[in-house]
Amino acid sequence: MNSTPTSTAPPERSDARVAPADLEVVPLRHWGRWVAAAIMMLFAASFAWSLARNPNLEWSVVGEYLFKDFVIKGVGITLMLTVVAMVIGTVGGVLIAVMRLSSNPVLQAIAGFYVWFFRGTPLLVQIIFWGFLAALYERLVIGIPFTDITFASFDTNSVVGPMTAAVLALSLNEVAYAAEIVRGGIGSVDDGQDDAASALGLTKVQAMRTITLPQAMRVIVPPMGNETVTMLKSTALVSVIGGKDLLTAVQSVYAQNYKVIPLLVVAALWYLALTSILSIGQYFLEKKYGKGYGTASMGRRWLGRGVAR
Amino acid sequence: MTATDQSSTTDTATMVEALGVRKSFGRTEVLKGIDLTVRTGEVTCLVGPSGSGKSTFLRCINHLETIDGGSLSVNGHLVGYRRKGDRLHELKPSEVAAQRRDIGMVFQRFNLFPHMTAAQNIMHAPVLVRGESRKVARERASQLLERVGLAGRENQYPAHLSGGQQQRVAIARALAMRPPLMLFDEPTSALDPELVGEVLDVMKGLASDGMTMVVVTHEMGFAREVGDSVYFMDDGVVVESGTPSQVLENPRHERTKAFLSKVL
Ligand SMILES: Nc1ncnc2c1ncn2[C@@H]1O[C@H](COP(=O)(O)OP(=O)(O)OP(=O)(O)O)[C@@H](O)[C@H]1O
Ligand SMILES: [Mg+2]
Repeated sequence: MNSTPTSTAPPERSDARVAPADLEVVPLRHWGRWVAAAIMMLFAASFAWSLARNPNLEWSVVGEYLFKDFVIKGVGITLMLTVVAMVIGTVGGVLIAVMRLSSNPVLQAIAGFYVWFFRGTPLLVQIIFWGFLAALYERLVIGIPFTDITFASFDTNSVVGPMTAAVLALSLNEVAYAAEIVRGGIGSVDDGQDDAASALGLTKVQAMRTITLPQAMRVIVPPMGNETVTMLKSTALVSVIGGKDLLTAVQSVYAQNYKVIPLLVVAALWYLALTSILSIGQYFLEKKYGKGYGTASMGRRWLGRGVAR
Repeated sequence: MTATDQSSTTDTATMVEALGVRKSFGRTEVLKGIDLTVRTGEVTCLVGPSGSGKSTFLRCINHLETIDGGSLSVNGHLVGYRRKGDRLHELKPSEVAAQRRDIGMVFQRFNLFPHMTAAQNIMHAPVLVRGESRKVARERASQLLERVGLAGRENQYPAHLSGGQQQRVAIARALAMRPPLMLFDEPTSALDPELVGEVLDVMKGLASDGMTMVVVTHEMGFAREVGDSVYFMDDGVVVESGTPSQVLENPRHERTKAFLSKVL
């Protein structure tokens, strides 16, 4: 009776014993994705077709202006504004974040006020404000407060021209946003890391610089990448105070020749190209600061397992 | 060794001396007057139920927590303060950091630096704090890894090491500063049971090399085998202390008996 305990094994069982390598694997086919893609392609194609044939776009004009001197110069200034604002913004952001997290109540309050003020008012308003600084203070004076002693005095408009105003507005605003991102990043690092660093005899500054911040970078880099992309586009706002950036450059030309749409397309193409390049840079930065964490590759996740076979 | 003249009758120097140490978090008093003495070369084990204040006391020894009363000295120096006449002056942060260099600490959750390899973890403080050359520090990191049974793991990141291996790297990291005193806060509590032994073996090796150690632990076997003295803490006080056989085998207090009957 119980001499052959497995004698009634169902036939499927024998299939399972075949070595997996001998069987063809049919990956799951994602039909829904294909259908959705086909529909989207159709719409995209018809939109592209309408653009290509629209005479108002004047593609020949776009091509003619795409690499014109004044455009390239505008691109250069836009890039310069982005880089300078982001550098000052990041350095200042770290400073404000550390102040906000410090145990000194005065520093905490100053940092809190700064962030509150600069995040609470529109960037466009701040830009105009810096642009019209001379209306608030006609002269800028360096001296000892509440005395008549002055070391130097300048005409505001000659010191804070449109470019300086643009840099000031963009950087000071970015400092506030960067501070919050850095603060979040620092907060994400386990308290035990600071304990370990302190126990080894590192000073607070050493621990912050070599232990906490490098780990916070993993959390800071992705949103700062987005900030950079946003900044690149926000530089266009300085056109309201004549900042000489890419948008200002094309505006001053289409104000004369009325080729508004093609010149805006020229600007848009440049913005797109630059933001794309930034995204690539961000990818490599994220990879660098993900070291030691074994992050899964995005590409693999997106494609799914079936393709990997 | 420069002997302190006021040191007690024994000829071994005192490494840690705690007198009536008090500590509160907000309104709750966590340490209610702890007295404890650790002599150089001895292994002192702190045992007691969860929440009794063991970790807090250990963290006071290297000033990760400030104390609210009593006094605490390591190697003859007050921790975190300098005495001038009748006054205690709080040390500057940089002076506190300098004091901590001579006290190694190993944590329950390892706290390795995840963005650094094993060797970088070990070299970091010697290079940054002591100003050792990278080359010398690197060689020493390799030696220390060998000492904790991890030869050849220099370039591995913590995430790629098992818990037991991470804790051994953490021990090597603390040793790299050549501290005369090592503090361990439940170094095996976060480990899978089969990995506990490898960490305890390293600690036993340290003890037999004459390292002065204060160990918070639930491993009664380790306390009995390696400990020179055992302190049983409950609710912020030292209930009883003595040799391992006194405290663990012939406890005098009900609280000790109740605790031991639960963990043994
Ligand atoms: N930073 C803190 N803030 C407030 N309370 C704290 C803090 N750290 C510890 N405590 C409290 O102090 C008491 C003692 O904690 P401690 O960690 O020293 O206990 P322990 O003996 O190490 O316990 P365990 O065995 O669970 O590690 C606990 O009640 C805990 O909640
Ligand atoms: Mg504890």
